[in-house]
Amino acid sequence: MISHHPGEELFVDYVAGALPEAFALAIATHASLCADCAHRIQTIEAIGGDLLANVLPVPCSDDALANVLARLDEPDAASRAVERRPFQSGSHNLPSPLNRYVDRPLHRLPWRTIGRGLFEEFQLPLTGQDSKAALCRLPPGMLVPHHVHWGAEYVLVLDGGYQDGDKQFRRGDFAALDLGDTHQPNVDPDKACLCLVVQDAPMWQSMLVDPFLRL
Amino acid sequence: MTNDKLSLLVEAVATRRDRQAFSALFGHFAPRLKGFAMNRGVSAAVAEDLVQETMLTVWRKADSFDSSRASVPTWIFTIVRNKRIDLFRRETYPEVELEQAAEQPDDSQPSDERTELAELTTHLHHAMQTLPSEQKAILQQAFFEEKSHRAIAADLGIPLGTVKSRIRLAVNRLRDALPEEHR
Repeated sequence: MISHHPGEELFVDYVAGALPEAFALAIATHASLCADCAHRIQTIEAIGGDLLANVLPVPCSDDALANVLARLDEPDAASRAVERRPFQSGSHNLPSPLNRYVDRPLHRLPWRTIGRGLFEEFQLPLTGQDSKAALCRLPPGMLVPHHVHWGAEYVLVLDGGYQDGDKQFRRGDFAALDLGDTHQPNVDPDKACLCLVVQDAPMWQSMLVDPFLRL
Repeated sequence: MTNDKLSLLVEAVATRRDRQAFSALFGHFAPRLKGFAMNRGVSAAVAEDLVQETMLTVWRKADSFDSSRASVPTWIFTIVRNKRIDLFRRETYPEVELEQAAEQPDDSQPSDERTELAELTTHLHHAMQTLPSEQKAILQQAFFEEKSHRAIAADLGIPLGTVKSRIRLAVNRLRDALPEEHR
């Protein structure tokens, strides 16, 4: 039972294309696990459709149509963003939006240990440069060191869970943290917790000098 | 052009590679796409590039259009959004792909999806017309100008929290205007 969802304004940002890649990935992944939110996104996309349908039209140049018709037969050139085929991971099913960034089963990813054994992470190979996304694997019972956020961060639980204050987060649950927010997640004692953690790039850099993590 | 007529045109492109149908779609959407793009301040020339790339994608992906899930304007809205991000930001924009085992809404009932969608589109359009102007302005800023909440707040001279709550209010108001089964 998913209890923690992104706020409506994040869905508007997602649908409008205002989110950097990593943040859009977190929203799309949550919605891939939550039919209610997938439905919310559909409604907001319909808002976009209504705005497009009713915008003041601006005439195109006289040869615009002819130019496009001339190109209909050209082969589909690769878009500037790398086209990623989704990887079908047999052992652990990641939601589809993530599969485009993961090319092998989870246990064969090059996990990096952070903070002298605190937890493991795998940074996803995003196309864009303005944000970072990582799979993080936190050991059972881990108490994440108290830290302040210098920018925006989203956390989406994929497996296992953690407690933060009086709130419980399990698979599909979503948390958004902003500038100045603090939290101290406590991983459930019975199982490791796998999450997707996304951040603004500057925040990622400031994490490197966080004294608690001693990177 | 009605949404039904637009759906038929896309279908003709998908099944028969009908160039006349495609030209009709171009005639309808190209000026709107250009207007949409220029609303965010790009030049006419850059807007036309985006229009061309978007309509090419419409041609290539016509068979992926599902008239029971979205109207043609909504479908093309997502295409131009992704294309814009691809061309100008050189980023991939992840899409939602609902898992088979995903949590289903409580009231899942079989229904005629196409009729539902037509009703949703009509209701949404009326609801958009009756939004208070400050809420509509916020949505337009979000959709047309792709501004962060901070930028919208600075632009309108209002607190960040007010931007967020107005967006929530606007979307909730739109949802409330929809019949029960569409929310």
